[in-house]
Amino acid sequence: MIQFQAVHKQFPNGTTAVHDLSLDLPEGGVTVLVGSSGCGKTTTLRMINRMVEPTSGTIRVAGKDVTEQDAAELRRSIGYVIQQAGLFPHRTVLDNIATVPLLLGWGRRKARARAAELLDTVGLTADAGKRYPHQLSGGQQQRVGVARALAADPPVLLMDEPFGAVDPVVRTQLQDELLRLQQELGKTIVFVTHDIDEAVRLGDRIAVFRTGGHLVQCAPPEELLARPADAFVADFLGAERGLKLLSLTGIAALPQGAAPDGGRWELLRDPAGKPLAWRDTDTDTETPVRPLKGTDSLLSALNESVASPTGLIARVDEDGVLTGVTDRDTIHDHANRLHVTASRDTLAADDADTLAADDADAPAAAVAVEAVEAVEATKGGGPA
Amino acid sequence: MYELLVDLGGWLTGPEQWSGSDGIGVRLLEHLQYSALATVVAAAIALPIGLLIGHTGRGAFLAINLSSFGRALPTVGLVVLVFLASGLSMTPVYVALVALAVPAIVTNTYAGMAAVDRDVKDAARGQGMRWHQVLFQVELPLALPLIMTGLRLALIQVVATATIAAYVSFGGLGRYVFDGLAQRDLVQVLGGAVLVAVLAVALDLLLAGAQRLLFRHRAPATA
Amino acid sequence: MTIDWTWIADHSADLTALSLSHLQAALSAVLFGLLISLPLAVVAHRVRALRGLLLGLSNVLFTIPSIAVFVLLLPVSGLTRTTTVIGLTVYTLVVLLRNTVEGLDSVPVKTKEAATAMGTRPLRVLLTVELPLALPVIMAGVRIATVMAISLVSVATYIGDGGLGQLFTDGFQRNYPTPVITGVALTLLLALIADALLVALQHVLTPWTRKRA
Repeated sequence: MIQFQAVHKQFPNGTTAVHDLSLDLPEGGVTVLVGSSGCGKTTTLRMINRMVEPTSGTIRVAGKDVTEQDAAELRRSIGYVIQQAGLFPHRTVLDNIATVPLLLGWGRRKARARAAELLDTVGLTADAGKRYPHQLSGGQQQRVGVARALAADPPVLLMDEPFGAVDPVVRTQLQDELLRLQQELGKTIVFVTHDIDEAVRLGDRIAVFRTGGHLVQCAPPEELLARPADAFVADFLGAERGLKLLSLTGIAALPQGAAPDGGRWELLRDPAGKPLAWRDTDTDTETPVRPLKGTDSLLSALNESVASPTGLIARVDEDGVLTGVTDRDTIHDHANRLHVTASRDTLAADDADTLAADDADAPAAAVAVEAVEAVEATKGGGPA
Repeated sequence: MYELLVDLGGWLTGPEQWSGSDGIGVRLLEHLQYSALATVVAAAIALPIGLLIGHTGRGAFLAINLSSFGRALPTVGLVVLVFLASGLSMTPVYVALVALAVPAIVTNTYAGMAAVDRDVKDAARGQGMRWHQVLFQVELPLALPLIMTGLRLALIQVVATATIAAYVSFGGLGRYVFDGLAQRDLVQVLGGAVLVAVLAVALDLLLAGAQRLLFRHRAPATA
Repeated sequence: MTIDWTWIADHSADLTALSLSHLQAALSAVLFGLLISLPLAVVAHRVRALRGLLLGLSNVLFTIPSIAVFVLLLPVSGLTRTTTVIGLTVYTLVVLLRNTVEGLDSVPVKTKEAATAMGTRPLRVLLTVELPLALPVIMAGVRIATVMAISLVSVATYIGDGGLGQLFTDGFQRNYPTPVITGVALTLLLALIADALLVALQHVLTPWTRKRA
C-alpha cells in the first residue's frame, strides 16, 4: 500500500533525518513508527503526504509515486492528524471536519452532512459541532482532529503523535476508540509515537527507528518483543518487555477447572451466574472479584491471580457468566514460558550482534520461532 | 487656566465656528477625507507586503528595519521636501501621511501572520490546501485582529498628523492650529487640537467596536 | 532639485551643533518617559482596574497632534527647550507604557512563583526577576520611542527649539532644498545610529536571549 524505496532525507542544515529507508507498509493495517526524538519517524510520516520532500528515493502510495502527483490533491486523499489537533480556531467544529470535503468541492450542504455523521462516529454529540475548538476539552479536540482526517473517507491515515498532549486516562480512551474505529473502517494507518506502550497497544506492526534516521526493525509487536533485532531495540522496549508480551497474549487457551465447592472459599454468584465476590467462610468476609474473559490478556490474569485471596481467577463467557476458574500455577507456567523464551531470544540476538553469524545460535533461534508461533496461536483464541 | 477652558468652550460651541465654507463641519470633512485616502493608499501598499512576508517567512528582517526607517522619517521635513520638488498640491501631504502609515500596517500585519499557530498552518497544508487557500482561509482570518490593530494605529497617527496639510495652505482641522499660531490665538489652536484628538479617539473607538463585533466568537488572546 | 554641497560644507559647524541639540532633546524625552512609565507600568500590571485607564489615557495623549501639544505647553513653559522635551516625553509615554506592561505580562507566572517560593520578597522579585525578563519587550519599546522622538523633534521648530527642524522651516521659507534634504538625512542618520546603539545595549543586557553564547 505504502512503499519506501531507498528513501533518504537530508535537511539543508546537513542533518540526516532518514537514512536509506526501504519499507513496505501493508494495506489495512496499523504501522507504528517509534523511536526517541530526532530519529526521523515524523519526517518519514510527513514524506508520505509530501509535507517533506525526500532528498532521494521513491515513495509510492497505492502504487503511484507521490512526487508525480499534485501535492495538494495527494494530501486531500490522505487523512492527516497531528498533536494538539491543529484545528482551525476560527471555524466551528463542524466546519473544521468539513474542510477536505469542501476542498474537494462537495458543496456546503453535503460536506456538513458528512461532518455531522463523523461527529457521531468519533463519539461527539451534535451539539459539539456548533462550538468553536477552544470550547472543547483536549480529548474532544483530538477526536475532532480524527474526524477531520476521516471526512473524505481516505484509504490512508497519517497520525503524528495524535494523543501525545492528553492525559493518560483520556489517552487510553482515545486509543480504545481508534482500535474500535479501525475494526470498522480497516484503513491503512501510519502512526508516530515515542511511547512504546502505545505502539504495542495499537500496532499491527512496529517500526523502530534509531537516531540518525536508521530503521532498526520492523515487525509485529509479538515478534518485536520476543525477538528484538539488537540490544538497541531490546533497550528501547524496556525492562518489562516480558510483561508487555504477556499483555498481547489472550487467555482463551488456558485450561480451566470447576469453581471450588465446600472449602474455606466460596465464589458468590448472582442468579444469572455472574461472579460477584470470594467469601471467606472462616471469617465471613468478602473480597470483590474481577472476572476475566478469553480476550483478556495473560498480564491481567497474572495480576488478578496475585490480587485474588485464593490465587484463582474467575473465567466468564461473553455474557459474563462463570465458565470456570484457573489457578495461579497454570497462569504462572504460561507466563513463565513466554518470559523465558523472550529472555533467551535477547541473548541470542546479543550474541548475533557481537559474533556475527554463528552456527551455535541456530538451535536457539529455532526455539524462538516456535515460541512466537505459540504466542500467536494463543492470541488467535480471541481478537486482541 | 480656567479662563482658557471657558474661552475654549465658547469657541467650540459658537455657531459661527460651525457654519460656512470654513466652518468646523467642512474642516472636519476635509480632515476625514485626507486621513481616509492616506490610510487606504497606505493599506493598499502595506497589506500585500505584510501578508507576503508573513506567509513566506522571508524578508522579515528587511520589513522590520524598513518600517523602523519609515518611523524615523521626519514628517515636516518630508512634506517640505516633496513640496519643494513638486510644487503646491496635496501630494506632499499624502506622501508624508502614507509614509507614516505604511510601517505600522506592515509590522502589525507581519506580526499577526507570524503569530498564527504553526500546527494550524501545518494542518491546513496537510489537509491539502493550496498556498492561497492557506493564506486566505486560515492565516488571514487568524491574523485579522492584529492587522486591524495596525490599521487603527496607522489611522490615529494619520488623523493626528493630517494637521500638517494646513502648513502647506490646505484645509482640514489643522487650519485652526496653524491660523491660531500665526494669529497668536491660543484658544483657536487649542480648539483645533481638541477637535483632532476627539476625531482620532472617536474613529479608534468605532473601529475597536467593529473589531469586537467581528471577532466575538474567537478564543481569548492566543488562539 | 540639486544639493548644494558648498552650503553643507560652509555650515558643518552649525549642522553638528543642531544634530547634538536634536539628539539631546530626543534622548532626554525618552529618559523622562522611562522614569514616568516604569512605575506606572508596574501599577498597571498589578492593578487590573487601573490598567485600562492608564493605557487608554496614554492612547488619548497620542492622538493629540504633536504641534498642538507643543503650543499647549507654551503658557506653561514658554519658548524653551523644556517645552520641547515635555512635549516629546508625552509621545514616548504611549509606546513605553504599553511595551513595559506587555513585557511584565510576558514573564511566566511559574518563574515568578518559583522566585517567591524560594523566599524572595516582592520588590526583589520585581527588580531581579520580572524587570530583567521583561527587558527584551521593554527595549523594543525604547527603540521605537527613541526613533519616534528623534523624528518628532523637528515639529517643535514652530515654537522655537526644534533641532534639525530649523533646517526645514529655513528651506521652506527660502524655497531652497539643500537644508531640507540635509535635515532629513541627518535625522535618519541620528535615528539609525541611536537604534544600532540600543540594539547593542540590549545584546549586552540580555545575554540569555542570544542564540549561541
